[in-house]
Amino acid sequence: MRAIVWARANLFNGIWNSILTLVVVVLIARGLWEVVQWGVIDAVWSAPDGRACRALSNDAGACWAFIGQWNRFILFGRYPYDAQWRPLLVVILFMVLVLASCDRRMWRAGLLAGMWIFGLAACFILMGGGVFGLAKVPTDLWNGLPLTLFLAVIGLAGAFPLAILLALGRRSQLPTIRALCVGYIELIRGVPLITVLFMASVMLPLFLPAGVTINNLVRAQAGLILFYAAYLAEVVRGGLQAIPTGQYEAADALGLGYWRKTSLIVLPQALAISIPPLVNTFIAAFKDTTLVTIVGLFDLLATAGNAITDPEWRGFYVEAYVFVAAIYFVFCFFMSRYSRNLERRLAR
Amino acid sequence: MSDERPMIELDMVEKRYGAFQALKGVSLAVKKGEKVVVCGPSGSGKSTMIRCVNRLERHDKGRIVVDGVELTDDPSQIEAIRREIGMVFQQFNLFPHLTVLENLTLAPIRVRGMKPAEAKDVAMHFLERVHIPEQAAKYPGQLSGGQQQRVAIARALAMRPKAMLFDEPTSALDPEMIKEVLDVMVTLAEDGMTMICVTHEMGFAKRVADKIVFMDEGQIVEVAKPDDFFSSPKSERAKLFLSRILGH
Ligand SMILES: Nc1ncnc2c1ncn2[C@@H]1O[C@H](COP(=O)(O)OP(=O)(O)O)[C@@H](O)[C@H]1O
Ligand SMILES: [Mg+2]
Repeated sequence: MRAIVWARANLFNGIWNSILTLVVVVLIARGLWEVVQWGVIDAVWSAPDGRACRALSNDAGACWAFIGQWNRFILFGRYPYDAQWRPLLVVILFMVLVLASCDRRMWRAGLLAGMWIFGLAACFILMGGGVFGLAKVPTDLWNGLPLTLFLAVIGLAGAFPLAILLALGRRSQLPTIRALCVGYIELIRGVPLITVLFMASVMLPLFLPAGVTINNLVRAQAGLILFYAAYLAEVVRGGLQAIPTGQYEAADALGLGYWRKTSLIVLPQALAISIPPLVNTFIAAFKDTTLVTIVGLFDLLATAGNAITDPEWRGFYVEAYVFVAAIYFVFCFFMSRYSRNLERRLAR
Repeated sequence: MSDERPMIELDMVEKRYGAFQALKGVSLAVKKGEKVVVCGPSGSGKSTMIRCVNRLERHDKGRIVVDGVELTDDPSQIEAIRREIGMVFQQFNLFPHLTVLENLTLAPIRVRGMKPAEAKDVAMHFLERVHIPEQAAKYPGQLSGGQQQRVAIARALAMRPKAMLFDEPTSALDPEMIKEVLDVMVTLAEDGMTMICVTHEMGFAKRVADKIVFMDEGQIVEVAKPDDFFSSPKSERAKLFLSRILGH
């Protein structure tokens, strides 16, 4: 009933609005219908190869048989096929770590730190092997979804504390510290991520002494952390600026020193205010990990791009990218929902 | 001798904000257990003066000595003095992300190193003294202004300070809530707390003050007993001020 009243008031108030509403509805319905036709009704779910799949769908529907054939490569890339339970476990472990950290009952510094140190160590051991009878797998075979998660999760988890220090430093009373933080933030923000990654990957080795090498994955990861930190620092600073001076003064008057005042009074409030822009940055950062392909890392998008070049299954890029997009969407949508939920619960 | 030593002593204190001189050589001594009410027109430097006492503002010249310790730039000394002096602000400044109880226990636990259980007992004791123990689990945003200010007083008291500073504690309150806050302050004064109150509540001043300090343009113009001050102020400026504030 209320829906009808609302629709009459908003969509059908007057002849032109009614016509416009109908046109839009028809267009949306047709579009949806075509997607359903392509993705479900005319789709082919199994076929021996690409040519057969095309023939079966009359070129009108999606060929999900391609995903059926190639999903393991897209997800795990060139990781040894028989050992792919390991990256699968890593993906699950990452999700458990993130979900557990989302629970407010877990929000104790010691607990979180311990959980992440153990969890990440387990991830590295599972991925890399070389101990506990697990075969050694070099990092250039760490591909696909686990790589994307490593880059994004460690990148953000590493950047966040750094960002808080940068944001605090930017508001410091000490001119040197303030200048350093401002300089760093402005420098990094003025440069595209690709440049930072390229510098980390190509330029850094030139400055290292001969014989010293740093793994390419580590270099890219460091580049991401440094880059994300600058962006997150500005978000955190926005939150810090919203805290009234009265809060600082009340904390001072009670004799809380700088670090207690910051960690107990200022940051909890500043970060709570910053949740929407923080999550916005997290989501953008998660998707930006795809740029690591330019330094030769094989993330989820790269494995998908590689899968569609297979001679037997050439050209199923729509299917491949829909599959990858769905995976990205699930993660980003989760972040977005979680932030709204958190915002509501912290609001008072 | 120690009892004769002032609890709080300001000696020719000066304070500038840029080119503007907010305090022009202020001297004041407050003995243990003494209650001083500070009044004066807006912008006369009342807040600046009491904020210098716990170093929310840094004084430029002169000496401030609190319980025998001189305020210098040494951070540990500043924190030591702040631990011993409670402050109540016009805008309450409670921590909105913490419950009332947490507002009261935070500093005793983190600064005094009190055990949480003990801090909670202390906190409940002071919440009872300000007549709101039943609000302990609420957040500040759920309380009325008068209740918030009473929580702020209890928060300062939970640190067991040797002296209390009040900066216009009732100015931000609706009229019907002023009394509940003043009542708490009167009880506190009767219990012998050393207090400096910036307030225009002249009824309160008459009732509890040992002396009234009248400030104008960054200087202490007059110090007098309440009866003398209200019946026969010596300076013209105090007369003018009183005629305005008392409305005749
Ligand atoms: N942070 C500040 N920066 C510049 N001027 C200030 C600052 N704080 C106070 N003042 C000025 O100092 C004078 C005294 O202020 P204040 O002590 O707050 O007066 P009162 O509390 O008696 O109303 C006022 O003229 C005010 O404008
Ligand atoms: Mg004032």
